[in-house]
Amino acid sequence: MPVSFAPANVEYIRFLPEIVLIVAGTLLMVLDVILRKQSREIYGHISILALAAAMAAAVFAYSSPGPAFSDMLIVDGFATFFRVLVIGVGILTVLSSYRFLEREGAETGEYHALLLFSIAGQCVMVSANELIMIFIGLEISSIASYVLAGYLRDDKRANEAALKYFLLGSFATAFFLYGVAVVYGMTGSTYLTAIHTVLSGGPTAPAPVFIGVAVALMFVGLGFKVSGAPFQVWAPDVYQGAPTPVSAFLTTGPKAAAFAIFLRIFMTAFEPIARDWYPLLWGSALLSMIIGNFAALMQSNIKRLLGYSSVAHAGYVLVALAARSQVGTAAAMFYLAAYAFMNIGAFAVVSHLSGKGERFLSVDDFAGLGVRQPGTAALLSIFLLSLIGVPLTGGFFGKLYIFKAALDSHLVWLTVLGLLTSAVAAYYYLRILVVMYMREPNEHPAELEPLSLGLRAALVIPALGTLFLGIFPAWVLDFAGRSAALVR
Amino acid sequence: MNLLDIVLAIPLVGFFVLLFVPRAAEGAIRAIALGFSLLAFAASLGLAFQYETIRPGEQFVTDIVWVASPNIHYHVSLDGLSLWLVILTTFLTPICILISWQSIQSRIKEFFAMMLLLEVGLAGVFAAQDLFLFYVFWEVSLVPMYFLIGIWGHERRIYAAVKFFLYTFAASVLMLTAIIYVYNHAHTFNYPEILAKLASGTLHFSDFEQKLLFLAFFVAFAVKVPIFPLHTWLPDAHVEAPTAGSVMLASVMLKMGTYGLARFCLPMFPGPARAYAPWIVVLAIIGIIYGALVAMVQPNMKKLVAYSSVSHLGFVVLGIFSFTQIGMDGAVYQMLNHGISTGALFVLVGFLYERRHSLAIADYGGVATPAPWLSTVFMITMLASIGLPTLNNFVGEFLVLQGSAQANFRWTIFASIGVILSACYMLWLYQRVFYGETPDEVRHHVFDLKPREWAAIVPLIAMMVWMGMYSQSFLPAVRKTTARILEQTQVNVEVRVQAPAAPTAPTFRAATAYRAATVRERSHAR
Repeated sequence: MPVSFAPANVEYIRFLPEIVLIVAGTLLMVLDVILRKQSREIYGHISILALAAAMAAAVFAYSSPGPAFSDMLIVDGFATFFRVLVIGVGILTVLSSYRFLEREGAETGEYHALLLFSIAGQCVMVSANELIMIFIGLEISSIASYVLAGYLRDDKRANEAALKYFLLGSFATAFFLYGVAVVYGMTGSTYLTAIHTVLSGGPTAPAPVFIGVAVALMFVGLGFKVSGAPFQVWAPDVYQGAPTPVSAFLTTGPKAAAFAIFLRIFMTAFEPIARDWYPLLWGSALLSMIIGNFAALMQSNIKRLLGYSSVAHAGYVLVALAARSQVGTAAAMFYLAAYAFMNIGAFAVVSHLSGKGERFLSVDDFAGLGVRQPGTAALLSIFLLSLIGVPLTGGFFGKLYIFKAALDSHLVWLTVLGLLTSAVAAYYYLRILVVMYMREPNEHPAELEPLSLGLRAALVIPALGTLFLGIFPAWVLDFAGRSAALVR
Repeated sequence: MNLLDIVLAIPLVGFFVLLFVPRAAEGAIRAIALGFSLLAFAASLGLAFQYETIRPGEQFVTDIVWVASPNIHYHVSLDGLSLWLVILTTFLTPICILISWQSIQSRIKEFFAMMLLLEVGLAGVFAAQDLFLFYVFWEVSLVPMYFLIGIWGHERRIYAAVKFFLYTFAASVLMLTAIIYVYNHAHTFNYPEILAKLASGTLHFSDFEQKLLFLAFFVAFAVKVPIFPLHTWLPDAHVEAPTAGSVMLASVMLKMGTYGLARFCLPMFPGPARAYAPWIVVLAIIGIIYGALVAMVQPNMKKLVAYSSVSHLGFVVLGIFSFTQIGMDGAVYQMLNHGISTGALFVLVGFLYERRHSLAIADYGGVATPAPWLSTVFMITMLASIGLPTLNNFVGEFLVLQGSAQANFRWTIFASIGVILSACYMLWLYQRVFYGETPDEVRHHVFDLKPREWAAIVPLIAMMVWMGMYSQSFLPAVRKTTARILEQTQVNVEVRVQAPAAPTAPTFRAATAYRAATVRERSHAR
């Protein structure tokens, strides 16, 4: 029987979100040339529409789950969860960018186009079922992100951030690619399920040394992407230097997608040798939690503080990975969703307060916010309490599920140490609350503009999401739990 | 939805109502807060009337699924241990709102909203019968208290608030680990069910596991009590908190620790609890004497009362870890007594502060001349706190000392020193503040009780007398439950020691662990 390479119609449906995003991104590029300075906001509106359509497409694609394009992509619950997550992150990022771009007088067309391309790359990543596909998605996402990090051309810190991000990110991708090459050499396949079969044993199983090298190389590459220690050095610099809405995006969207491929590769392809790789994750998780939380204690710049906190939170998710179980996978998925809400919300407040040129970024600039803008302060309190992990917020249930999964897998010490570092973390989040509510405003406080509509949405939606995940965690967790069975 | 749910819901509804009241309507905000807290108190009185004293088990049970997996329930109920503590919470909240009527002048809306939220958290802690729900309430009550201290406190409020939060939070994450660990073995957070499984032997922890789990719970509770040497957050928090915050902190929040010890540490891990009891009692006695001695030399009234709390709570811990019926009864009764009398002391110190704007004892003297009624009320409260017969603390302390004497007479000797010392520091305080020369500042600023203040203090005084004269109104319900707790500490120990032949634990791992434990125990027995 002749093999047909023409994809069936249903395969296009499964690829629909990516198609929508790429088309819309290209359209924005073209419109940018045609419209030129007509209206800044139109690009934002278009990208919101495109993202909404992509999200609908992602949900629609899940109505006919299955593989696409010779099994290179797969639409399953896992992929759908992360597609919706990264697209949702994109919507919130666009909402919080309106006012920022206007304030900084930046070009808007390219910004939104790059954002859409980056999200398209992440959608490819999370639904890829094959290492080359994963790599392509990773590159699409990363290259757009590098440019976004340095989007404010005239800003020295943004330039530094972009360069650093680009150089280290390229190294990381190279490591990852080496890993792919070695795996292909050892197992003769780049399909995750095929690798799983080969590694499961039998006479053709490769020597542990070589496969160990492959795992280590991929671990380095992915560790960079998720900013897990000891590969976290770039993270605080980049998150501090990048434009604030972009920092919010980078700490949530690309990171969630990177964790998605981390989970998929390690829980599918490398699942048979889990016993050999989990100590790596164990160490990396603990190191991330310790470095992230203790370094954040000493920060006075709020973006840098959140940058280190993001390293710590990567550590929590790595704990879930080290649990190497279905429960752990579900916990990681839940946590990434909760983290996306609370972190985007926190960064949106920072972006609101920082003022033109992002001058007001010190923790002390939050002084008296509780009096000057009680609403904003209350919303930020929700995000901070969730980051601490206080009950009735998404962050709490996220931590609970992660450490429960870890205890299930007998990682008692990792749990105890992890929870203790999270108690340390309470201090630096509390410091922001203290300054906000318990200090008088500075003598000459920066003028506060009222919240713009976009920012208001970018604050209220995450706040509601955080509380929703904290009070009714079951909906999301059930879906995550059902989708977490990656080994087929 | 039964009466208990209503009691828990009323302040929560009040909290949300307050969020929507305009900031400027200060009178309305105060009235709404007071109204809802009084309503909650009235409803909680219904609990006392409907409670069936003869039944030891859970009453007013509500058990509905909150999260399906992991299996978390909204499971609340009351028994003799928690009934009075819930009522204590609802009793003190309106009083705290009354005394904050005028003393709180900034961010009034937030303050009263926080008070109501605190009430929900505290009452919930005592009512929760699901380990997870318990932890949720435990942490949720932390947040409003943190803001109460940090926003409306005195000069060093930020330091005190952060210290308070971090101490409690760090200790309670250990408890969370232990709770998850228990869940992973018991497959339920339902506390009565866990106890039943422990009693029947279907759930079993090795000795080593039991010790670690016990310690994880114990440290979380010990910080809250606080047991010496984990008490250092307490003087700071008390002194810096606004009066209402101090009252809630001393009267209710500290009881979360002793309640947890009696409710969870003893029945779940009776082995380690008994093994460590002598050490814990020694810490309690150190707390009794050390707290009293430090209280004696305090120049600051609030700090004096704060250290006296360390001393008084030592009695409660002593009573619990005496493992005697009388000692346990006394401990529970003493929790309530301390809530009433120390709460009243903080209220009265708050009154003095509102007049003279100082907490330093040296700034006072001869207050009895301009404010005779205030002095009288203070006198009664002070005598109650010392433990004068016919007033409430006497009953509790007597029972605790009797119970500890049954367990080990030497404990009683040392603990009694604390009673004597408490008379010393209290009488000396009274003498310095109320007698002697009246300085001009005191003469000009201190006036007698106003009607609103009367309304706040009279219920407290009435309770002191009632609880001192007729403890039979309260003790029978307590006794049923404490007897059951003691029984549980017996049963679980015996099951462990006798080691039934065939373990019913389902998994191989659990079975081997079980066998290893029994072998160890047999070799110990030899």
